[in-house]
Amino acid sequence: MTAIHPGAIAVEEFSFWYGAKQALFDISLDLAPQTVTALIGPSGCGKSTFLRSINRMHDLLPGARSSGRIRLDGEDVLDRGVDVVQLRQRVGMVFQRSNPFPKSIYDNVAWGPRLNRNPSRSELDDLVEQALRRAALWDEAKDRLRQSATGLSGGQQQRLCIARALANEPEVLLLDEPASALDPIATQRIEELLWELKKDLTIVIVTHNLQQAARVSDRTAFFYLGRLVEHGATDQIFTAPREERTDAYITGRFG
Amino acid sequence: MTAEPTAGFRHFHDQLGTLKQRLLAMSARAEELVELSVDALLTRDTGKAQAVIEADREIDRMELEVEQLTVELLALQQPMARDLRFLISAIKITSDLERVGDHAVNIAQSALRLHALPTRVTPEPSLAEMARRARSMLADALDAFVRADGALGRDVCGRDDAVDAMHDSLFRVLLTHMMGDPRTINPGLELLLVSRNLERVADLATNIGEDAVFLAEGKQIKHHAEDGRG
Repeated sequence: MTAIHPGAIAVEEFSFWYGAKQALFDISLDLAPQTVTALIGPSGCGKSTFLRSINRMHDLLPGARSSGRIRLDGEDVLDRGVDVVQLRQRVGMVFQRSNPFPKSIYDNVAWGPRLNRNPSRSELDDLVEQALRRAALWDEAKDRLRQSATGLSGGQQQRLCIARALANEPEVLLLDEPASALDPIATQRIEELLWELKKDLTIVIVTHNLQQAARVSDRTAFFYLGRLVEHGATDQIFTAPREERTDAYITGRFG
Repeated sequence: MTAEPTAGFRHFHDQLGTLKQRLLAMSARAEELVELSVDALLTRDTGKAQAVIEADREIDRMELEVEQLTVELLALQQPMARDLRFLISAIKITSDLERVGDHAVNIAQSALRLHALPTRVTPEPSLAEMARRARSMLADALDAFVRADGALGRDVCGRDDAVDAMHDSLFRVLLTHMMGDPRTINPGLELLLVSRNLERVADLATNIGEDAVFLAEGKQIKHHAEDGRG
Protein backbone atom coordinates (compact mmCIF):
# COMPACT_ATOMS: atom_id res chain seq x y z
CA MET A 1 0.00 0.00 0.00
CA THR A 2 2.77 2.39 -0.87
CA ALA A 3 1.25 5.71 -1.69
CA ILE A 4 2.60 7.90 -4.45
CA HIS A 5 3.04 10.63 -1.87
CA PRO A 6 5.19 9.61 1.04
CA GLY A 7 3.30 11.89 3.43
CA ALA A 8 6.28 13.78 4.79
CA ILE A 9 5.32 16.92 6.70
CA ALA A 10 7.74 19.78 7.21
CA VAL A 11 6.51 22.59 9.42
CA GLU A 12 8.49 25.80 9.09
CA GLU A 13 8.22 28.76 11.46
CA PHE A 14 4.51 28.27 11.90
CA SER A 15 2.63 30.73 14.11
CA PHE A 16 -1.09 30.88 14.72
CA TRP A 17 -3.48 33.47 16.18
CA TYR A 18 -7.06 33.24 17.43
CA GLY A 19 -7.94 36.89 16.83
CA ALA A 20 -5.53 38.93 18.93
CA LYS A 21 -4.36 35.96 20.95
CA GLN A 22 -1.31 34.18 19.63
CA ALA A 23 -1.63 30.43 20.24
CA LEU A 24 1.49 29.12 18.49
CA PHE A 25 4.91 30.71 18.20
CA ASP A 26 7.34 29.89 15.43
CA ILE A 27 6.95 26.12 15.36
CA SER A 28 9.41 24.20 13.17
CA LEU A 29 9.02 20.45 13.19
CA ASP A 30 9.39 17.55 10.77
CA LEU A 31 6.86 14.73 10.88
CA ALA A 32 8.29 11.70 9.12
CA PRO A 33 6.37 9.06 7.15
CA GLN A 34 5.93 5.64 8.76
CA THR A 35 6.35 7.28 12.13
CA VAL A 36 3.99 8.00 14.99
CA THR A 37 4.64 11.40 16.51
CA ALA A 38 2.99 12.20 19.84
CA LEU A 39 2.23 15.82 20.76
CA ILE A 40 2.18 16.32 24.51
CA GLY A 41 1.81 19.28 26.82
CA PRO A 42 -0.58 20.79 29.36
CA SER A 43 -4.06 21.96 28.32
CA GLY A 44 -3.88 25.15 26.34
CA CYS A 45 -0.31 24.60 25.20
CA GLY A 46 -1.29 24.67 21.53
CA LYS A 47 -0.84 21.02 20.61
CA SER A 48 -4.43 20.58 19.35
CA THR A 49 -4.30 23.90 17.50
CA PHE A 50 -1.14 22.66 15.84
CA LEU A 51 -2.71 19.30 14.93
CA ARG A 52 -5.80 20.95 13.46
CA SER A 53 -3.70 23.33 11.40
CA ILE A 54 -2.25 20.40 9.46
CA ASN A 55 -5.54 19.83 7.65
CA ARG A 56 -6.78 23.41 7.95
CA MET A 57 -9.57 22.82 10.43
CA HIS A 58 -9.34 26.50 11.40
CA ASP A 59 -10.28 27.81 7.94
CA LEU A 60 -13.79 28.78 8.89
CA LEU A 61 -12.93 30.19 12.30
CA PRO A 62 -13.48 33.96 12.36
CA GLY A 63 -10.31 35.87 13.21
CA ALA A 64 -8.01 32.89 12.83
CA ARG A 65 -4.78 33.54 10.98
CA SER A 66 -1.37 32.03 10.64
CA SER A 67 2.10 32.60 9.28
CA GLY A 68 4.81 30.21 8.21
CA ARG A 69 4.49 27.03 6.19
CA ILE A 70 3.20 23.49 6.65
CA ARG A 71 4.57 21.47 3.75
CA LEU A 72 3.04 18.14 2.83
CA ASP A 73 5.42 16.45 0.40
CA GLY A 74 6.83 19.85 -0.40
CA GLU A 75 3.54 21.67 -1.02
CA ASP A 76 2.40 24.31 1.47
CA VAL A 77 -1.04 23.20 2.67
CA LEU A 78 -1.75 26.74 3.88
CA ASP A 79 -1.51 28.09 0.37
CA ARG A 80 -4.86 29.59 -0.65
CA GLY A 81 -4.74 27.63 -3.91
CA VAL A 82 -4.88 24.28 -2.09
CA ASP A 83 -8.22 22.46 -2.37
CA VAL A 84 -9.20 21.79 1.23
CA VAL A 85 -11.42 18.85 0.34
CA GLN A 86 -8.54 17.15 -1.43
CA LEU A 87 -6.21 18.05 1.43
CA ARG A 88 -8.53 16.33 3.90
CA GLN A 89 -8.58 13.18 1.79
CA ARG A 90 -4.81 13.10 2.09
CA VAL A 91 -4.83 14.10 5.75
CA GLY A 92 -7.44 12.15 7.70
CA MET A 93 -8.54 13.10 11.18
CA VAL A 94 -10.04 11.27 14.15
CA PHE A 95 -11.41 13.13 17.16
CA GLN A 96 -11.69 12.55 20.87
CA ARG A 97 -15.38 11.66 20.70
CA SER A 98 -16.25 9.15 18.03
CA ASN A 99 -18.59 10.81 15.56
CA PRO A 100 -20.09 8.20 13.25
CA PHE A 101 -22.82 9.42 10.91
CA PRO A 102 -26.26 8.16 11.96
CA LYS A 103 -26.18 5.70 9.09
CA SER A 104 -25.18 2.09 8.57
CA ILE A 105 -21.66 0.89 9.24
CA TYR A 106 -21.23 0.35 5.50
CA ASP A 107 -22.43 3.82 4.56
CA ASN A 108 -20.12 5.44 7.09
CA VAL A 109 -17.06 3.86 5.51
CA ALA A 110 -18.36 4.29 1.94
CA TRP A 111 -19.05 8.00 2.50
CA GLY A 112 -15.71 9.39 1.36
CA PRO A 113 -15.17 7.17 -1.69
CA ARG A 114 -18.77 7.82 -2.87
CA LEU A 115 -18.28 11.56 -2.62
CA ASN A 116 -14.87 11.63 -4.17
CA ARG A 117 -14.89 9.20 -7.05
CA ASN A 118 -18.21 7.44 -7.47
CA PRO A 119 -16.91 3.86 -7.56
CA SER A 120 -18.84 0.84 -8.81
CA ARG A 121 -20.78 -1.26 -6.35
CA SER A 122 -18.21 -4.06 -6.23
CA GLU A 123 -15.31 -1.60 -6.01
CA LEU A 124 -17.04 0.05 -3.10
CA ASP A 125 -17.60 -3.29 -1.36
CA ASP A 126 -13.88 -3.96 -1.65
CA LEU A 127 -12.96 -0.51 -0.37
CA VAL A 128 -15.24 -0.86 2.63
CA GLU A 129 -13.93 -4.30 3.50
CA GLN A 130 -10.33 -3.21 3.11
CA ALA A 131 -10.82 -0.11 5.28
CA LEU A 132 -12.62 -2.09 7.98
CA ARG A 133 -9.89 -4.72 7.93
CA ARG A 134 -7.17 -2.12 8.26
CA ALA A 135 -9.04 -0.62 11.19
CA ALA A 136 -9.30 -4.08 12.78
CA LEU A 137 -13.08 -3.89 12.78
CA TRP A 138 -13.97 -6.29 9.95
CA ASP A 139 -14.48 -9.42 12.05
CA GLU A 140 -16.83 -7.63 14.41
CA ALA A 141 -18.71 -5.71 11.71
CA LYS A 142 -18.90 -8.00 8.69
CA ASP A 143 -22.24 -9.55 9.69
CA ARG A 144 -23.88 -6.26 10.54
CA LEU A 145 -22.72 -3.89 7.82
CA ARG A 146 -26.28 -2.66 7.20
CA GLN A 147 -26.96 -1.97 10.87
CA SER A 148 -26.66 1.48 12.34
CA ALA A 149 -23.17 2.56 13.35
CA THR A 150 -24.55 4.05 16.54
CA GLY A 151 -25.18 0.51 17.84
CA LEU A 152 -21.44 -0.14 18.06
CA SER A 153 -19.54 0.17 21.33
CA GLY A 154 -17.42 3.25 21.97
CA GLY A 155 -14.20 1.50 21.00
CA GLN A 156 -15.79 0.05 17.86
CA GLN A 157 -17.18 3.46 16.89
CA GLN A 158 -13.73 4.96 17.21
CA ARG A 159 -12.26 2.24 14.99
CA LEU A 160 -15.11 2.89 12.55
CA CYS A 161 -14.08 6.55 12.41
CA ILE A 162 -10.53 5.40 11.66
CA ALA A 163 -11.88 3.07 8.93
CA ARG A 164 -13.90 5.99 7.50
CA ALA A 165 -10.71 8.06 7.31
CA LEU A 166 -8.73 5.17 5.81
CA ALA A 167 -11.32 4.64 3.05
CA ASN A 168 -10.03 7.86 1.48
CA GLU A 169 -6.53 6.35 1.40
CA PRO A 170 -4.87 9.21 3.23
CA GLU A 171 -1.14 9.68 3.63
CA VAL A 172 -1.45 11.26 7.03
CA LEU A 173 -3.67 10.40 9.99
CA LEU A 174 -4.23 12.99 12.72
CA LEU A 175 -5.71 11.80 16.01
CA ASP A 176 -6.86 14.16 18.76
CA GLU A 177 -7.10 12.19 22.04
CA PRO A 178 -8.58 9.19 20.21
CA ALA A 179 -8.70 6.91 23.24
CA SER A 180 -9.47 9.24 26.11
CA ALA A 181 -13.09 8.09 26.35
CA LEU A 182 -12.28 4.38 26.01
CA ASP A 183 -11.66 1.63 28.53
CA PRO A 184 -8.18 0.04 28.75
CA ILE A 185 -8.99 -2.88 26.42
CA ALA A 186 -10.47 -0.63 23.72
CA THR A 187 -7.54 1.75 24.21
CA GLN A 188 -5.10 -1.09 23.72
CA ARG A 189 -6.80 -2.07 20.46
CA ILE A 190 -6.49 1.49 19.14
CA GLU A 191 -2.84 1.57 20.14
CA GLU A 192 -2.13 -1.74 18.42
CA LEU A 193 -3.93 -0.43 15.38
CA LEU A 194 -1.69 2.64 15.20
CA TRP A 195 1.30 0.35 15.32
CA GLU A 196 -0.02 -1.48 12.22
CA LEU A 197 -1.17 1.64 10.38
CA LYS A 198 2.10 3.49 10.67
CA LYS A 199 3.60 1.12 8.09
CA ASP A 200 1.66 3.10 5.45
CA LEU A 201 0.99 6.44 7.10
CA THR A 202 2.39 9.45 8.83
CA ILE A 203 0.58 9.47 12.17
CA VAL A 204 0.32 12.40 14.55
CA ILE A 205 -1.47 11.91 17.86
CA VAL A 206 -2.35 14.40 20.57
CA THR A 207 -2.67 12.76 23.96
CA HIS A 208 -2.79 13.77 27.59
CA ASN A 209 -1.97 10.23 28.56
CA LEU A 210 1.80 10.23 28.84
CA GLN A 211 2.01 6.46 29.16
CA GLN A 212 0.08 6.24 25.92
CA ALA A 213 2.43 8.66 24.20
CA ALA A 214 5.35 6.60 25.45
CA ARG A 215 3.79 3.35 24.24
CA VAL A 216 2.63 4.29 20.77
CA SER A 217 4.97 6.94 19.45
CA ASP A 218 8.39 6.91 17.86
CA ARG A 219 8.91 10.62 18.35
CA THR A 220 7.50 13.00 20.91
CA ALA A 221 7.08 16.76 20.75
CA PHE A 222 6.49 18.71 23.97
CA PHE A 223 4.53 21.95 23.64
CA TYR A 224 4.31 24.56 26.36
CA LEU A 225 2.63 27.97 26.20
CA GLY A 226 2.41 27.79 22.42
CA ARG A 227 6.03 26.92 21.90
CA LEU A 228 7.73 23.71 20.91
CA VAL A 229 10.04 23.11 23.86
CA GLU A 230 11.58 19.82 22.86
CA HIS A 231 11.23 17.26 20.12
CA GLY A 232 13.07 13.97 19.98
CA ALA A 233 12.99 10.18 20.00
CA THR A 234 10.30 9.04 22.44
CA ASP A 235 12.68 6.86 24.45
CA GLN A 236 14.97 9.82 24.98
CA ILE A 237 12.14 12.22 25.91
CA PHE A 238 10.74 9.84 28.52
CA THR A 239 14.00 8.69 30.08
CA ALA A 240 16.35 11.65 29.80
CA PRO A 241 14.74 14.79 28.36
CA ARG A 242 17.18 17.57 27.60
CA GLU A 243 14.96 20.43 28.72
CA GLU A 244 14.19 21.05 32.39
CA ARG A 245 10.59 22.03 31.48
CA THR A 246 10.02 18.72 29.69
CA ASP A 247 11.30 16.82 32.72
CA ALA A 248 9.10 18.86 35.05
CA TYR A 249 6.01 18.18 32.93
CA ILE A 250 6.42 14.45 32.44
CA THR A 251 7.33 13.82 36.08
CA GLY A 252 4.25 15.77 37.23
CA ARG A 253 6.18 18.64 38.79
CA PHE A 254 3.69 20.90 37.16
CA GLY A 255 0.27 19.98 35.85
CA MET B 1 -1.48 25.47 33.92
CA THR B 2 -0.48 26.09 37.47
CA ALA B 3 2.87 25.64 39.11
CA GLU B 4 1.23 23.79 42.00
CA PRO B 5 1.99 20.09 42.11
CA THR B 6 -1.00 17.81 42.47
CA ALA B 7 -1.86 15.87 45.64
CA GLY B 8 -0.83 12.63 43.94
CA PHE B 9 2.46 14.20 43.05
CA ARG B 10 3.08 15.22 46.67
CA HIS B 11 2.29 11.73 47.92
CA PHE B 12 4.65 10.21 45.35
CA HIS B 13 7.40 12.63 46.25
CA ASP B 14 6.96 11.98 49.96
CA GLN B 15 7.59 8.35 49.15
CA LEU B 16 10.65 9.19 47.07
CA GLY B 17 11.89 11.07 50.14
CA THR B 18 11.30 7.99 52.29
CA LEU B 19 13.24 5.93 49.79
CA LYS B 20 16.18 8.34 49.97
CA GLN B 21 16.16 8.13 53.78
CA ARG B 22 16.22 4.35 53.67
CA LEU B 23 19.06 4.25 51.17
CA LEU B 24 21.04 6.66 53.34
CA ALA B 25 20.38 4.59 56.45
CA MET B 26 21.38 1.42 54.64
CA SER B 27 24.54 3.02 53.32
CA ALA B 28 25.47 4.37 56.76
CA ARG B 29 25.05 0.89 58.21
CA ALA B 30 27.12 -0.70 55.42
CA GLU B 31 29.92 1.84 56.01
CA GLU B 32 29.85 1.09 59.73
CA LEU B 33 30.19 -2.63 59.08
CA VAL B 34 33.19 -2.11 56.80
CA GLU B 35 34.82 0.00 59.49
CA LEU B 36 33.96 -2.48 62.24
CA SER B 37 35.26 -5.46 60.27
CA VAL B 38 38.62 -3.81 59.58
CA ASP B 39 38.77 -2.72 63.20
CA ALA B 40 38.11 -6.33 64.28
CA LEU B 41 41.01 -7.40 62.08
CA LEU B 42 43.48 -4.76 63.27
CA THR B 43 42.66 -5.09 66.97
CA ARG B 44 42.16 -8.88 66.87
CA ASP B 45 38.72 -8.44 68.42
CA THR B 46 36.60 -11.54 67.73
CA GLY B 47 33.54 -9.96 69.38
CA LYS B 48 33.49 -7.18 66.79
CA ALA B 49 33.94 -9.70 63.99
CA GLN B 50 30.95 -11.67 65.25
CA ALA B 51 28.90 -8.49 65.47
CA VAL B 52 29.58 -7.75 61.79
CA ILE B 53 28.53 -11.25 60.77
CA GLU B 54 25.29 -10.93 62.70
CA ALA B 55 24.50 -7.44 61.46
CA ASP B 56 24.51 -8.63 57.86
CA ARG B 57 20.95 -9.90 58.26
CA GLU B 58 19.92 -6.33 59.02
CA ILE B 59 21.41 -5.12 55.73
CA ASP B 60 19.63 -7.91 53.87
CA ARG B 61 16.33 -6.87 55.41
CA MET B 62 16.94 -3.22 54.45
CA GLU B 63 17.62 -4.32 50.88
CA LEU B 64 14.29 -6.13 50.69
CA GLU B 65 12.45 -3.09 52.07
CA VAL B 66 13.99 -0.70 49.56
CA GLU B 67 13.32 -3.14 46.74
CA GLN B 68 9.71 -3.59 47.70
CA LEU B 69 9.06 0.14 48.00
CA THR B 70 10.74 0.77 44.64
CA VAL B 71 8.74 -1.91 42.85
CA GLU B 72 5.55 -0.50 44.36
CA LEU B 73 6.36 3.01 43.18
CA LEU B 74 7.25 1.77 39.70
CA ALA B 75 3.97 -0.12 39.43
CA LEU B 76 1.66 2.47 40.98
CA GLN B 77 3.18 5.74 39.80
CA GLN B 78 4.65 4.75 36.45
CA PRO B 79 7.32 7.38 36.81
CA MET B 80 9.12 9.00 33.91
CA ALA B 81 12.34 10.86 33.22
CA ARG B 82 14.22 11.90 36.39
CA ASP B 83 11.90 9.94 38.69
CA LEU B 84 12.32 6.83 36.55
CA ARG B 85 16.09 7.18 36.61
CA PHE B 86 15.95 7.62 40.39
CA LEU B 87 13.98 4.43 40.99
CA ILE B 88 15.98 2.29 38.56
CA SER B 89 19.17 3.51 40.23
CA ALA B 90 17.72 2.91 43.72
CA ILE B 91 17.21 -0.78 42.89
CA LYS B 92 20.80 -1.07 41.71
CA ILE B 93 22.21 0.86 44.66
CA THR B 94 20.40 -1.21 47.26
CA SER B 95 21.84 -4.32 45.67
CA ASP B 96 25.34 -2.75 45.66
CA LEU B 97 24.98 -1.83 49.34
CA GLU B 98 23.93 -5.36 50.18
CA ARG B 99 27.14 -6.53 48.47
CA VAL B 100 29.13 -4.06 50.60
CA GLY B 101 27.62 -5.77 53.64
CA ASP B 102 28.76 -9.14 52.29
CA HIS B 103 32.29 -7.83 51.83
CA ALA B 104 32.30 -6.63 55.44
CA VAL B 105 31.28 -10.14 56.49
CA ASN B 106 34.09 -11.63 54.39
CA ILE B 107 36.57 -9.34 56.13
CA ALA B 108 35.17 -10.27 59.55
CA GLN B 109 35.54 -13.96 58.70
CA SER B 110 39.12 -13.36 57.63
CA ALA B 111 39.67 -11.62 60.96
CA LEU B 112 38.38 -14.70 62.82
CA ARG B 113 40.55 -17.07 60.81
CA LEU B 114 43.62 -14.87 61.30
CA HIS B 115 42.95 -14.87 65.01
CA ALA B 116 42.95 -18.68 65.02
CA LEU B 117 46.26 -18.96 63.16
CA PRO B 118 49.44 -19.75 65.08
CA THR B 119 51.56 -17.38 63.02
CA ARG B 120 51.00 -13.70 63.46
CA VAL B 121 51.78 -11.18 60.80
CA THR B 122 51.37 -7.51 61.37
CA PRO B 123 48.52 -6.33 59.21
CA GLU B 124 49.70 -3.78 56.73
CA PRO B 125 48.77 -0.24 57.74
CA SER B 126 47.69 0.37 54.17
CA LEU B 127 44.62 -1.81 54.86
CA ALA B 128 43.32 0.79 57.29
CA GLU B 129 43.92 3.48 54.68
CA MET B 130 42.14 1.47 51.99
CA ALA B 131 39.19 0.97 54.31
CA ARG B 132 39.07 4.70 55.05
CA ARG B 133 39.08 5.56 51.35
CA ALA B 134 36.47 2.96 50.41
CA ARG B 135 34.15 4.21 53.17
CA SER B 136 34.53 7.82 52.18
CA MET B 137 33.87 6.95 48.53
CA LEU B 138 30.72 5.15 49.59
CA ALA B 139 29.53 8.08 51.71
CA ASP B 140 30.20 10.59 48.93
CA ALA B 141 28.58 8.37 46.28
CA LEU B 142 25.37 8.18 48.30
CA ASP B 143 25.52 11.89 48.96
CA ALA B 144 25.96 12.54 45.24
CA PHE B 145 22.99 10.30 44.50
CA VAL B 146 20.50 11.78 46.95
CA ARG B 147 21.49 15.33 45.96
CA ALA B 148 21.68 14.41 42.26
CA ASP B 149 25.16 15.91 42.17
CA GLY B 150 26.79 14.67 38.97
CA ALA B 151 30.12 16.37 39.65
CA LEU B 152 30.52 14.63 43.02
CA GLY B 153 29.50 11.33 41.39
CA ARG B 154 32.27 11.74 38.80
CA ASP B 155 34.69 12.66 41.57
CA VAL B 156 33.95 9.38 43.40
CA CYS B 157 34.53 7.40 40.19
CA GLY B 158 37.88 9.13 39.76
CA ARG B 159 39.04 7.98 43.19
CA ASP B 160 38.74 4.26 42.43
CA ASP B 161 42.11 4.03 40.66
CA ALA B 162 43.99 5.00 43.82
CA VAL B 163 42.36 2.15 45.78
CA ASP B 164 43.10 -0.30 42.97
CA ALA B 165 46.73 0.81 43.04
CA MET B 166 46.91 0.26 46.82
CA HIS B 167 45.53 -3.23 46.35
CA ASP B 168 48.15 -4.03 43.68
CA SER B 169 50.94 -2.68 45.80
CA LEU B 170 49.77 -4.63 48.86
CA PHE B 171 49.66 -7.76 46.76
CA ARG B 172 53.32 -7.33 45.87
CA VAL B 173 54.32 -6.65 49.48
CA LEU B 174 52.49 -9.74 50.75
CA LEU B 175 53.89 -11.87 47.95
CA THR B 176 57.39 -10.87 48.97
CA HIS B 177 56.68 -11.86 52.59
CA MET B 178 55.18 -15.17 51.56
CA MET B 179 58.11 -16.06 49.33
CA GLY B 180 60.56 -15.19 52.05
CA ASP B 181 58.86 -17.17 54.82
CA PRO B 182 56.37 -19.94 53.98
CA ARG B 183 54.81 -19.66 57.48
CA THR B 184 53.35 -16.34 56.43
CA ILE B 185 51.49 -17.87 53.47
CA ASN B 186 48.25 -18.53 55.35
CA PRO B 187 47.98 -15.17 57.08
CA GLY B 188 49.32 -13.47 53.95
CA LEU B 189 46.52 -14.96 51.88
CA GLU B 190 43.94 -13.82 54.43
CA LEU B 191 45.24 -10.26 54.31
CA LEU B 192 45.20 -10.41 50.53
CA LEU B 193 41.54 -11.44 50.70
CA VAL B 194 40.81 -8.51 52.97
CA SER B 195 42.52 -6.14 50.57
CA ARG B 196 40.54 -7.65 47.70
CA ASN B 197 37.27 -7.14 49.60
CA LEU B 198 38.09 -3.50 50.30
CA GLU B 199 39.00 -2.96 46.67
CA ARG B 200 35.58 -4.39 45.74
CA VAL B 201 33.82 -2.02 48.16
CA ALA B 202 35.49 0.87 46.33
CA ASP B 203 34.27 -0.61 43.02
CA LEU B 204 30.71 -0.74 44.34
CA ALA B 205 31.01 2.87 45.53
CA THR B 206 32.13 3.69 41.98
CA ASN B 207 28.99 2.01 40.60
CA ILE B 208 26.90 4.19 42.87
CA GLY B 209 28.83 7.26 41.72
CA GLU B 210 27.96 6.29 38.14
CA ASP B 211 24.32 5.96 39.12
CA ALA B 212 24.46 9.47 40.60
CA VAL B 213 25.72 10.81 37.26
CA PHE B 214 22.98 8.89 35.44
CA LEU B 215 20.38 10.38 37.76
CA ALA B 216 21.71 13.92 37.54
CA GLU B 217 22.59 14.10 33.85
CA GLY B 218 20.70 11.22 32.19
CA LYS B 219 24.06 10.00 30.88
CA GLN B 220 25.53 6.53 31.19
CA ILE B 221 29.22 6.78 32.07
CA LYS B 222 29.95 3.21 33.13
CA HIS B 223 32.13 1.00 30.92
CA HIS B 224 33.36 4.27 29.40
CA ALA B 225 30.05 4.54 27.54
CA GLU B 226 30.47 8.30 27.53
CA ASP B 227 33.74 8.49 25.66
CA GLY B 228 32.77 5.77 23.20
CA ARG B 229 35.55 3.38 24.22
CA GLY B 230 32.94 0.72 24.95
